[in-house]
Amino acid sequence: MTAGTLQHGSSPGDGLDLRAEGHWTAEHARALEPLLAQNMTLGHESGARVVFDATRITKLDTYGAWLIERSLRLWSSRGIDARLVGLPPTYRNLFEKVRGGRQQLTPLKHKQTGIGATLESVGRTMTAVFSDLFTIFQIGGQLVVAFLSVCLNPWRFRFTSLVNHLERVCWHAVPIIILITFLIGAIIAQQGIFHFRTFGADIYVVDMVGVLVLRELGVLIVCIMIAGRSGSAYTAELGSMKMREEVDALRTMGFDPVEVLVLPRILALIIAVPILTFIGSMAALYGGGLVSWLYGGIDPKIFMSRLHESINMKTFAVGMIKAPFMALIIGLVACMEGMQVKGSAESLGAKTTDSVVKSIFLVIVIDGLFAVFFAAVGI
Amino acid sequence: MATRGEPVIKVRDVVVDFYGRRVLNGVNLDLKRGEILGFVGASGAGKSVLTRSIIGLLPVKEGTIEVLGTELTKASMAEKQAVDRRWGVLFQQGALFSSLNSGKNVEFPIREYLRLSPKLTTEIAIAKLEMVGLKPDVYRNYPSELSGGMIKRVALARALALDPEILFLDEPTSGLDPISAAEFDHLLLTLQETLGISVFMVTHDLDSLHRTCDRIAVLADGKIIEAGTMDVMLESQHPWLKSYFHGERAHDDFHVPIKGRRVTERRA
Repeated sequence: MTAGTLQHGSSPGDGLDLRAEGHWTAEHARALEPLLAQNMTLGHESGARVVFDATRITKLDTYGAWLIERSLRLWSSRGIDARLVGLPPTYRNLFEKVRGGRQQLTPLKHKQTGIGATLESVGRTMTAVFSDLFTIFQIGGQLVVAFLSVCLNPWRFRFTSLVNHLERVCWHAVPIIILITFLIGAIIAQQGIFHFRTFGADIYVVDMVGVLVLRELGVLIVCIMIAGRSGSAYTAELGSMKMREEVDALRTMGFDPVEVLVLPRILALIIAVPILTFIGSMAALYGGGLVSWLYGGIDPKIFMSRLHESINMKTFAVGMIKAPFMALIIGLVACMEGMQVKGSAESLGAKTTDSVVKSIFLVIVIDGLFAVFFAAVGI
Repeated sequence: MATRGEPVIKVRDVVVDFYGRRVLNGVNLDLKRGEILGFVGASGAGKSVLTRSIIGLLPVKEGTIEVLGTELTKASMAEKQAVDRRWGVLFQQGALFSSLNSGKNVEFPIREYLRLSPKLTTEIAIAKLEMVGLKPDVYRNYPSELSGGMIKRVALARALALDPEILFLDEPTSGLDPISAAEFDHLLLTLQETLGISVFMVTHDLDSLHRTCDRIAVLADGKIIEAGTMDVMLESQHPWLKSYFHGERAHDDFHVPIKGRRVTERRA
């Protein structure tokens, strides 16, 4: 293949005489661009003239045509009389098509810079936070309405859907929940024994594991796992249904998307999270007990009797009572984010990330609020 | 321009199995340089399978596919990539990257293959958008903000980004209103004329077939049962073809000689 070239011809008078040769095509565009740029600096004095001779071009495509056209336009804009001569007739159509382009973009609105931009972005973030809060209450309200209307007309409740979601968020989550909470319980016990041993208080590790797991860690670990596992799945499912107009299709058929899609999902979570919390807490206690026995030398019988003394029904209840509230908040955030997905794949990804981050954050905030509340009522 | 009429795609005795079912059973087909080939067949006959086999998305069990002188079934990765640069594919739904705006979608192949200056890349992208009949401002729109017809045009601009020699179109006029579809046909003819590209078009649109195609190939029972001009199709005695071209959706004026219906006279 002959690469495209540009040569200076004999220049009669004050003008610039350029002769193009060879293939002026996409693969040579990279080399041709600087060749033309060199000649742009020439002929600054107005009244000068440029003759671009295209007779010897053997192959031309959009790239070559545009390179020539943009140079001609630039020369003309500087008041230079630029002319194209000898374009092979085969390429006349193509050149006319390229020449027809206007290339003008409407200028963008002026963007804020400096302190203004910072303030603007802070403002936008704040409004986003409040509008999120508003949307959560909104979808919460719709959920209550849907729940009440289902209570009044129980046959409308999607029982199959509930069971399906229960299988996915509860039954399928059991192995991973058991594994993780078992390990957490074991690690807490090991750390406790290691540090308590220095002042001969090994046995108190049982109190620590018992209270910590039942009151706080069991439910927190389970909720974080569920937010990552099921919350993200909910957002992605609802989001892609939103993208493909399935949600709109439901609405036009006279169904309430909240009742059909959101209610069974959130109810499944509200049932699943307490069950998983219970299973998780037991697994964590078992892990703690096992490590206490094997690593700390605390006999299982002693572990059990010590556990009986250190915890009571209230300790257990404090952990369990939090579970459904956490489940509700995970479900609400996941469904809210899912319903806000716009057309693009990127927005689906962003909303799924948001869903997990926000629900884990809110789970921890709510856990803190519960701690304050229980301290105030003296439990 | 290279000589017209030599085949740019040669499909020989191609056999393709899809999910354990023999979809293509000995297909022979040529796409000649500079022509628009309409490719028709019943839904599920394997049109998409053949298209996807040619562009390398589906493996071929037997037979050979030669594109622009390279036999794809035996070519190395580098040879295949060299051919990839010389064709453009317009998918049915456009398949624009939703995270990039229209302009960046068109720039994507240019950026990857040609490494031009950013300014020139942008200008070429805008030129391509204008060539397919869009306003330069569409450059900044994201695919989710565009209508179906505009998505097809942007996707066409992306398919044309590297000035390909072959263009694959998968039902380009489906989902477009008749006016947009007619505009698309017109656009296709203009592009064929200005860029001299060869077009392989899968379509169900009878108007489009009639207005734009130089030749039509018909796929049925895993084989090409007929290939030729519209007149050949209309005269064919094959039952499926008879019901296709003489059915309820076919207009009477199809039987009027084609001459003069084209946007411009291109051939003798």
